[in-house]
Amino acid sequence: MPRLGADRRHEVRFTLNGRPVEGEAEPRMLLTDFLRHVLGRTGTHVGCEHGVCGACTVQIDGAPARACLTLAVQVEGAEIRTVEGLAPAPDRLSVLQESFRAHHGLQCGFCTPGILMSLDELLSRRPDASEDDIRHQLSGHLCRCTGYAPIMKAALDAARRLRGEGETAADA
Amino acid sequence: MKPPPFDYLRADTLDEALDALAAAGPDARVLAGGQSLLPMLNMRLVRPTILVDVMRIGALRTVEARGGALEVGAAVRQVELERRADLDQTQPLLAAALRWVGHAQTRNRGTVCGSIAHADPSAELPLALVALGGEIRLRSRRKRRVVAAETFFAGSMATERRDDEMIESVTFPLRKPGTGYAFREIGRRHGDFAIVACAALVDATSARLAIGGVADRPVARALPLPGPDLDEALDGFAWSLEARDDIHATARYRRDLVRRLGRQVIEEAARCRG
Ligand SMILES: Cc1cc2nc3c(=O)[nH]c(=O)nc-3n(C[C@@H](O)[C@H](O)[C@H](O)COP(=O)(O)OP(=O)(O)OC[C@H]3O[C@@H](n4cnc5c(N)ncnc54)[C@H](O)[C@@H]3O)c2cc1C
Ligand code: FES
Ligand code: FES
Repeated sequence: MPRLGADRRHEVRFTLNGRPVEGEAEPRMLLTDFLRHVLGRTGTHVGCEHGVCGACTVQIDGAPARACLTLAVQVEGAEIRTVEGLAPAPDRLSVLQESFRAHHGLQCGFCTPGILMSLDELLSRRPDASEDDIRHQLSGHLCRCTGYAPIMKAALDAARRLRGEGETAADA
Repeated sequence: MKPPPFDYLRADTLDEALDALAAAGPDARVLAGGQSLLPMLNMRLVRPTILVDVMRIGALRTVEARGGALEVGAAVRQVELERRADLDQTQPLLAAALRWVGHAQTRNRGTVCGSIAHADPSAELPLALVALGGEIRLRSRRKRRVVAAETFFAGSMATERRDDEMIESVTFPLRKPGTGYAFREIGRRHGDFAIVACAALVDATSARLAIGGVADRPVARALPLPGPDLDEALDGFAWSLEARDDIHATARYRRDLVRRLGRQVIEEAARCRG
């Protein structure tokens, strides 16, 4: 029963995008700050820090969740996936990322890492996700730029391609 | 917006957690899914000296149907209940209410018992528990006790739980044959807390309606079956809740929702009786 003192930093270890990582954190350190400041992985964005905007969404043991509502010490031993883990190779994008690019699913890109992590999980859990399923998943994210329509288009196109039903048509 | 300092205890057993709560008293907080506690910490609305993480206690991870009720342990996340294939059959009201709790991303972490402990007056799960006449099982170092949902909620974010107690589990009565269930709510956007939420149970002789988001806690009342007396009874119920104006809606609008949405859920529950 480890009791971690408030005024000290403690070793935290977990798997990040398939590789073991470790660093030190006070109990009060948020997972967002641990990822960005301790591990230097700045792909996960920070918006509201109270769970509303979705920018910080990562996958914790496969499930999309707010990194800003998670303490680093809570994920000891967990499997974390962030936007840095999506691309299959340094010079290639995932199908979902390609669709976002083709359909202008992002403008400033602030909301994008969180949205990608949520949609990535939805499309792998439910390859036949309906428009309604996608809308429900997106209800946990705010985007101030796109008006969501291009995001819907990108998600639906990615779903089709992941099911093996044809290529991304860059929008006409 | 960063949390103030606190010690963190990752409890492996229930005894460890209860010992820590007994030792720290009001300065301790149970940490479950963190979906309400972390925002409060980030905004520094609370300053506990120790968080007791109960999510790795194996004994709290169970969902069990027994004695006519579904017992849900403290470490069971909302998503786990939501994905139970038989929930629509075993307790349709709970299945319907769960879909309204926040977003998929918060249900993946948040627990059922955490929502009950947090006791937000607009929250769906406390409303469902009150509507169904469920129970809260509390446990401290010294004793165990069971409290009926209707007496557990004591006000906005206030409950009968003592500082050294934790919720070990909550029990939702299972669907009864011949009873229909319905749940609806109105909010600004999907995933927002409800402006008004309604849950209804209807059997051959009576209706029961519970309302969230209006009074400082979920309130249930017996009402007539759909017919000539229902409107007046709904009106009386709406006024008794002492709705107030706030940034989200006026008191008048809330009363109107209680009357209209209340009638709709009662009628829907009556249709679903099977
Ligand atoms: C963006 C967003 C939207 C949301 N929308 C909704 C919504 O529409 N409806 C809704 O109902 N909720 C909503 N919530 C809150 C919901 O997600 C939380 O899951 C729930 O309120 C608390 O559960 P938790 O497990 O996360 O508890 P925590 O945040 O860990 O704890 C909440 C409180 O309960 C106490 N506690 C927790 N478990 C126990 C226990 N077993 N015994 C004693 N005390 C305990 C904690 O000490 C704390 O005070 C929302 C949250 C967010 C971030
Ligand atoms: S930064 Fe986490 S939800 Fe906004
Ligand atoms: S692209 Fe700018 S917030 Fe979504």
